[in-house]
Amino acid sequence: MTTPSPNHPTFTGNKALQIEEALSFEIGGLDRTGVDFPPAEDLGDRLGGLGRDSEIGLPGLSEPETVRHFVRLSQKNYAIDMGPFPLGSCTMKHNPRLNEKIARLPGFADLPPLAPQSCVQGALELIDMLAHWLKELTGMPAVAMSPKAGAHGELCGMMAIKAAIEARGEGAKRTRVLAPESAHGTNPATAVQCGFTVEEIPADATGRVDLAALKEKLGDDVAAIMVTNPNTCGLFERDIRAIADAVHDAGGYFYCDGANFNAIAGKVRPGDLGVDAMHINLHKTFSTPHGGGGPGAGPTVLAAALETFAPVPFVVRRDGEYHLVETQSAESFGRMTAFHGQMGMFTRALAYMMSHGVDGVRQVAEDAVLNANYVLARLKTEMTPAFDGYCMHEALFDDRFLKDTGVETIDFAKAMIDEGYHPMTMYFPLVVHGAMLIEPTESESKRELDLFCDALLSLAKRAKSGEAEAFKAAPVYAPRRRLDETAAARKPVLRWTPVIATE
Amino acid sequence: MTIMYTKDHEWVRADGDLYVVGISAHAAEQLGDVVFIELPEVGKTFAKGDDMAVVESVKAASDVYAPISGEIMEVNSAVVDEPAKINEDAMGAAWFIKMKPSNASEIEALMDEAAYKDFAENS
Repeated sequence: MTTPSPNHPTFTGNKALQIEEALSFEIGGLDRTGVDFPPAEDLGDRLGGLGRDSEIGLPGLSEPETVRHFVRLSQKNYAIDMGPFPLGSCTMKHNPRLNEKIARLPGFADLPPLAPQSCVQGALELIDMLAHWLKELTGMPAVAMSPKAGAHGELCGMMAIKAAIEARGEGAKRTRVLAPESAHGTNPATAVQCGFTVEEIPADATGRVDLAALKEKLGDDVAAIMVTNPNTCGLFERDIRAIADAVHDAGGYFYCDGANFNAIAGKVRPGDLGVDAMHINLHKTFSTPHGGGGPGAGPTVLAAALETFAPVPFVVRRDGEYHLVETQSAESFGRMTAFHGQMGMFTRALAYMMSHGVDGVRQVAEDAVLNANYVLARLKTEMTPAFDGYCMHEALFDDRFLKDTGVETIDFAKAMIDEGYHPMTMYFPLVVHGAMLIEPTESESKRELDLFCDALLSLAKRAKSGEAEAFKAAPVYAPRRRLDETAAARKPVLRWTPVIATE
Repeated sequence: MTIMYTKDHEWVRADGDLYVVGISAHAAEQLGDVVFIELPEVGKTFAKGDDMAVVESVKAASDVYAPISGEIMEVNSAVVDEPAKINEDAMGAAWFIKMKPSNASEIEALMDEAAYKDFAENS
């Protein structure tokens, strides 16, 4: 018998208990079903000749086949419940099970969005309480709860800024928005969506906004700046007050991308830094689930200068009762969503806040920063930090340590998969060559962090000892080897060709 | 025939009255396999430094800036159809556009081959 190996695969294609799984259309058939119905009585056809005249070819599967299909697919996914995830909170961090328990209470989980307000006072109170916490933690007087993702929150903030500028009669004049070259791609995209043109602010040698260069670009045609703090290099913008003052002096607004609020929550109030609008990614800071891109929630806090331009709906308390205000004032820029926002995320975020308390929220930020600095300190013996000094919640490396090894960032990332780790953020931010951005988050133990660091250190040593070929071949142990990304982008197969006969 | 370069890795060379523009071999190598390119329409005018085209590779999407001011006279549709050409022959067959300069003296401020080589190696 031949020993199974990548060259001599098993008969089934399975690798021990890693089961190969075809599409449901490929494993299903018209002769199978999970439910047996008695034959229908012949009641005649009232479809006016529009009835189906052939099978539509949907695959039938028995119940156990259906269950296995989806369980096997789920096992191909890497999950925060399986191991550390160095992409960090951008994608997912630990979701405490207490949040889930609270969110499943029928009084929260089973509410229809059109229920009479008198029947859902508790839910409205929850939205109001969460809004209160967000305002307190950010030091801002108002919050729009309805945006359904961070980028949606950005849009909310920038639409409020645009409305404020138009109310000042400066809509035609203030057309420029400034954003650092390390900004999240959503920042310029949002500004352009709002009709602004975007200009980049260069970074200084320490990876932060170049204040002098920013001041040169400011003028009476600037509507706003969009700055992330801590920034995408994982660094605190030390000049943030001076940045805010300079923009305000020029008559512009300060939009803060609050994606990285998880590094400063409970420590710093953005309102005290001069921020006029900021979205909060509930999944990043307040642990709501987010694997696979959703569901998102991007409440957006607003300074007094922008408060009146906030979108509807919002919750107010009047005469001991909670009301959902649906009518738009003259100043409000309008409405972003049909209903009040992402209730399931609100419930989880408030459960997280209340179970941690203010001191706990502060410790979350401190532990996130501590863990990132631990990783930075351990890895810098073999890897090259992009900037000197401490980091915030993310440790950023460049590819100088791979110079002349023949190994590139992407090869290093693929080799991590063989070691059982999902790769970190790669090639972002763009200002750092071959960037590797590691966010361990607050919830990893020292044991997990040490194992992760040991694995990366061993990979770095192997890369330097001339094992480029092994890196180029990685991953070896994954269900699929390296995919041809170029072919996938240049010649994408966008339509699956059915194999089931439809007679 | 002199080729001049910008700090943003575009190259420019004279072709009769027009100037041919592309991205440098160094830039193409840094980008990795290019999978998509968007070029401006013929007849559009750009000021030096304006966003003019987009190049997307498996690693990143990058703007291409107008190296000089002028009007687009011709675009290379072959490179749009087959972006892989950029990785094969960035300095030749994979040219992007031909421009009619509105201020030809702008080209003198760009880097020559030696200066660009030095710039690319040290940045």
